[in-house]
Amino acid sequence: MTKGKREQAASQARSLGSDAWERLCQNRMAKLGGLIFAAVCLLCLIGPLFSPHSYETTNLAYGAQPPSAHHWFGTDDLGRDVLVRTLVGGRISIGVGFAATIVALLIGVTYGMIAGYTGGRTESLMMRFVDALYALPFTIIVILLTVWIGRSVLLIFLAIGLVEWLTMARIVRGQTKALRKLNFIDAARVSGVSHSLILLRHILPNLIGPVIVYTTLTIPSVILLESVISFLGLGVQPPMSSWGTLIHSGSLKLDIYPWLLIFPGLFFSLTIFALNFMGDGLRDALDPRDTK
Amino acid sequence: MFNLITRRLLQAIPTLWLIATLTFVLLHLAPGGPFDDEKPLPPEVKAEIEAHYGLDLPLYQQYFRFLGNILQGDLGPSYKYTGWKVDEIIWQSIPISLELGGIALIIAISIGIPLGIIAALQHGKPSETVLMGVAMLGICLPTFVLGPLLILVFSSGLGWVNPLGWSVPSDRFLPSLTLGLFYGAYIARLTRSGMLDTMHNDYIRTARAKGLSERLVVLRHGLRNALYPVVAYLGPAVAGLISGSFIVETIFFIPGLGMFFVNSAFNRDYTLVMGTVLFYAVLIIFFNLLVDLIQQWMNPRTRND
Repeated sequence: MTKGKREQAASQARSLGSDAWERLCQNRMAKLGGLIFAAVCLLCLIGPLFSPHSYETTNLAYGAQPPSAHHWFGTDDLGRDVLVRTLVGGRISIGVGFAATIVALLIGVTYGMIAGYTGGRTESLMMRFVDALYALPFTIIVILLTVWIGRSVLLIFLAIGLVEWLTMARIVRGQTKALRKLNFIDAARVSGVSHSLILLRHILPNLIGPVIVYTTLTIPSVILLESVISFLGLGVQPPMSSWGTLIHSGSLKLDIYPWLLIFPGLFFSLTIFALNFMGDGLRDALDPRDTK
Repeated sequence: MFNLITRRLLQAIPTLWLIATLTFVLLHLAPGGPFDDEKPLPPEVKAEIEAHYGLDLPLYQQYFRFLGNILQGDLGPSYKYTGWKVDEIIWQSIPISLELGGIALIIAISIGIPLGIIAALQHGKPSETVLMGVAMLGICLPTFVLGPLLILVFSSGLGWVNPLGWSVPSDRFLPSLTLGLFYGAYIARLTRSGMLDTMHNDYIRTARAKGLSERLVVLRHGLRNALYPVVAYLGPAVAGLISGSFIVETIFFIPGLGMFFVNSAFNRDYTLVMGTVLFYAVLIIFFNLLVDLIQQWMNPRTRND
């Protein structure tokens, strides 16, 4: 206990950021996760530029070929290079992951802050709405939204973002409620700062820790959700492809061309794995009270 | 217990009303109707079809008709499976989905709990790391990668079972395993940490001191308390099994409710979409209540009435 207190006192001398960074660097799994994710992003981003093959050029005469020196991951039944298609699909999956997370972040933080700060009947009404939607699994709501907004890359991230904000709103609301009772908020209010300025200047900066942690944990779940929806044929539509659609078409032909499933599946699983470790490490680093 | 049930049922009413209303509004705001196919129908035919289903009425009238019908348990006719009512489709396909989910849950529990106990008893040894590494792998491998891989191994490779379908008993094996393995891995992790927390308690030392065999200490005194987090997880697990069934039923061509739900979203079969969503909401509320009741029964301290 005294040791814990001493550590805490020592850590207060440094800024939250540098302290958290140091703790993150000590977490080997988080570091490994971060490195893998950075490598996957880099590969997806610039890899296709260095490949002699295009992701959409078909070569029917060539057909599906197993991995070789020329095509490292083989080709699909239309003669397209699987490596390039996996990397380009990764761009879309990761891109949708980030875009949907930003949508979720914007809605969730705003909604949660307003609910937590306002309090009273407005708050309970707002949170009741969140609770009601929570009664359904996110997949069902996203499928429902795809019926409403349609099926395309641009709309799928909107649909996912419109669902994933629910958890963010809950977290932010809880934090805001706790912050609102603190003295510095009262002081700001007494000195005549407007409500919106209090929210922006005083509440928002204090939410950053939990928001960063939850954002990192949202990205893999968004990527997973996008792949599920695309796998079911309700998300990204051809000729575009994401990991979900690649895995789907691979799963249809897996007994003849197993490499069509294995390589996109490997990339996908590796990314989710890496992101989860990164998020867990970040949580431990930014919120030491939470560690077991 | 009675209080809990009444309170939950009362809470369920506004929740279901909100879900029904949101679903209705979303689908009726959607551009294009269920009868706007790629090949357009002659306008008079389309008008007649829409009149038949009451789609020509003002929106608020449609809404009240919809709510009134739900209250009478009538979910309306399916737009795409002509001649079928939505409730008939649900009642026909839900036993299949429940069987799939039930077997998956049994697989998850019977893999997860023993694995978690063994890992906890081996705490600090390399075998624990190996077991938990396997569990982590099970968590990270998504259903739609695992399912095809299992087909590849057990069906194409070993030739033990059919790759698709739901007719003979052995067809249950691969889909349930695909659906259950993730939850098995998760339950293993929960059981392990629950066991580790529990085994430090004084009453475990007492049990050992009075000379009980280690087996009895672990199974009767340790496990019972270690399982609370697992039971608490069953609520979210049921919701997850439902979403998982969409994928598994699609991969293995199983005519369960999940497949009908995905198809209805694909076909814009509005009545079927609304009926299925509401049905799933009721199902989840029911299972959450059931899990809470089990928790109360297991742990008297959570009874507050």
